[in-house]
Amino acid sequence: MSAAGTVVTVAALTLREATRRRVLLALAVLTVLLLALSAWGFSRLAAEGLTSGEARLTASVVLNLVMFGFSLIAALGTAFLAGPTLAGETESGIALAVLARPVQRWAFLLGKLTGLVAFGAGFVVVAGLAELLVVQATVGYWPPDPAVALGLLAAQTVVLLTLTVLLSTAISPMASGVVAVGLFCTTWVAGVVGGIGAGLGNDSVERVGTVSRVLLPTDGLWRGAMHAFQDPSALVQFGGGAEAGAFPFLSQTALSPAYLGWAAVWVLMVGGLAALAFSRRDL
Amino acid sequence: MTAAGPAGATALLADLPPGPAVWCSGLRKRYGRQQAVSDVSLEVGRGEVVGLLGPNGAGKTSVIKMLLGLVRPDAGEVLLLGQDARRPSSRARVGYLPELFRYQPWLTPAEVLALHVRLSGVAVGTARQRECLALVGLADRAGDRLGGFSKGMQQRLGLAVALVAEPELVVLDEPTSALDPLGRVDVRDIVLALRERGVAVLLNSHLIGEVERVCDRVVILDRGRVAAAGTLAELLGQREVKLHLTDLPAGAAERLAAAGPVEREGEWFTVALPAEDTGTAVPDLVGDLVALGVRVHAVEPVRISLEERLLGILREGAR
Repeated sequence: MSAAGTVVTVAALTLREATRRRVLLALAVLTVLLLALSAWGFSRLAAEGLTSGEARLTASVVLNLVMFGFSLIAALGTAFLAGPTLAGETESGIALAVLARPVQRWAFLLGKLTGLVAFGAGFVVVAGLAELLVVQATVGYWPPDPAVALGLLAAQTVVLLTLTVLLSTAISPMASGVVAVGLFCTTWVAGVVGGIGAGLGNDSVERVGTVSRVLLPTDGLWRGAMHAFQDPSALVQFGGGAEAGAFPFLSQTALSPAYLGWAAVWVLMVGGLAALAFSRRDL
Repeated sequence: MTAAGPAGATALLADLPPGPAVWCSGLRKRYGRQQAVSDVSLEVGRGEVVGLLGPNGAGKTSVIKMLLGLVRPDAGEVLLLGQDARRPSSRARVGYLPELFRYQPWLTPAEVLALHVRLSGVAVGTARQRECLALVGLADRAGDRLGGFSKGMQQRLGLAVALVAEPELVVLDEPTSALDPLGRVDVRDIVLALRERGVAVLLNSHLIGEVERVCDRVVILDRGRVAAAGTLAELLGQREVKLHLTDLPAGAAERLAAAGPVEREGEWFTVALPAEDTGTAVPDLVGDLVALGVRVHAVEPVRISLEERLLGILREGAR
C-alpha cells in the first residue's frame, strides 16, 4: 500500500477507535457541561451591570479561563488516548499483524498522529467556537482574532500529541500519558513563574518561562491563543505594565512568527525522532 | 552493453523461475546479553510447507519476526517472495498469524479483514472476505465486536487475517495454541488446502504430530541455531526392522549385518536399514534368511517418529 494510503487508513482507524471507545461521547458530555456552566456564569456577569471596559476585561479573563479548561481536557484526553493507541497496541500485539503488512512504519505512526490530531484539534476548535458563541450571546463579547486563537489552541494540541507519540514509542502507555500531561502542566507553571519574574523585573526568574517555552512550545502557543482571545484593552484595564504579565489568564504579547516557526520545527523534529525510534524498534 | 541489453536482461529475468518464498542467510539477533539467534539460514520453496520446530527459547518466533521485518536482525539477509525483506512491498503477498494474536477489540471480524485487505493493497472483494471468515468458522460472528471473543475465536480470526489477502506465503506462528481438537483439524485442512493451491507455508508449532502430517520439510532450531533441516524422509530416514528369528545357522549373522547395524535382544533382532533403501532391503533380507534355513516368526517395521528424532537431536546438542 502507498504511504499516503497507509496514513489515511490508520488515521481513519484511530478516529474510529476514539468513537467506538466512547472517548468522543465522554468529551461531548464534558464539553456540554462546561459550556452550560460558562453560559450560566457569563449571564450572571452580564446581570452585574458592569461598565463596558469592565465587561470586556471580565469576559477576556473568564474566556481565557474556560479555554484553558478546554485545552486541559484536550491535553488529558488526547495524551491518554495516544498512549494506549500506540504503545498499548505494540505491547498487546495488535501492532504485529498490522505492521507485518506492506506498510512503512513512519506512515503508520503519521497515520496515528494524524488521527489523534484530527480528534484533539477538532475538539478544541469545535468546543472553543461553541464557547465563543456562548460569550457573544451572553455578554456580547467577540474576541479580536478568533481564528488565530483557535488555530493556536489546535497547534498546542498538535505539539502535545507529537510529544506523547514520541514517548509512546519508548515507554509504557500509562507512563507516556502521565509524563506528557506532567510536562504540559510543568511548562504552564513555568510560564506563570516566568510572568511573575517579568512582573518583578527579575531576569533569572523570567528566563524560567522563556526556556520552558522553547523546550516545549505548548505554553508559548497557549499564551499566543490567550492574546488573540482577549480584548486589547484588557491589559490596560488590569493595570497595564509588566505586573499584568504575572496574571496567568492574560497574555502581554502576541505570538511572533519566529516562535511559530520554532514550534513547527519542534513538531517536525520530535515527530521525526518518534518515527526514527519506532522504525528501529523490535516488536 | 547494447541498446537492447537492458530490455533483454529484463526479459531474461522475467523468464527465470520465481525465487523461493522465503530465503534467509546468516540471521543473528542478540537481546541484551542473550544471543537469541545465531547464524540461521533457511529456505521455503514456492508451494512448500516447512515446519519450524524446537524447544521454548530456541529462537523460532525471533526468526519469524526477522523474516517479516518486525524485528531488526543484527546481521543476515532475508528475501521474501524474491524481494529484499527490508522493503515493505515484499510483504504484499504474505499472510501472518502471530503467536501473540490480538486484534482491535472495538472492531468486528468483517472490519478487521477489510482493514487488512486495505493495508495489503490487494483487491479482495467482500464476498471473498466473507468466505475467509466462513472457512475459519466465524461467518455467524462477522458483525460482533471482538471485545467479547474467546482466545480460540480470536485465533480463528487471525487465521482468516493471514489468508484474506491472496497470500503466496503464509507464516503461522503456533496457529493452534488456543484451539480445541476440532479447530486443530481445521487448521491442518487449511494448510493442506494452501499447499494444493501452491501457497508456501512456514509453520511454527509445538505439536509435532501436526507438523509431521502437513510439512514437506522441517527445520529444527535449538539455542538459536539450525540443529537439523531436511525433508521428513531425510530426517526420519533411518528406518528399522525388527525380526523374531530362531534356528540361526552359520552365515545368518553375517547376512543380517550386511543389511545394516544389528542389535540383538534374545531372539529379537533389530536392523537399522540404510537411508537409500528403495524398499527392497526387507524382502531381500527375509528371503535370504529363509534360504539359509532361519525360521522367521515375525517381521515388524519400526517407525521412528519425528518426536523421537527431535528429542534425539536436541539431546545430542545438549551434550
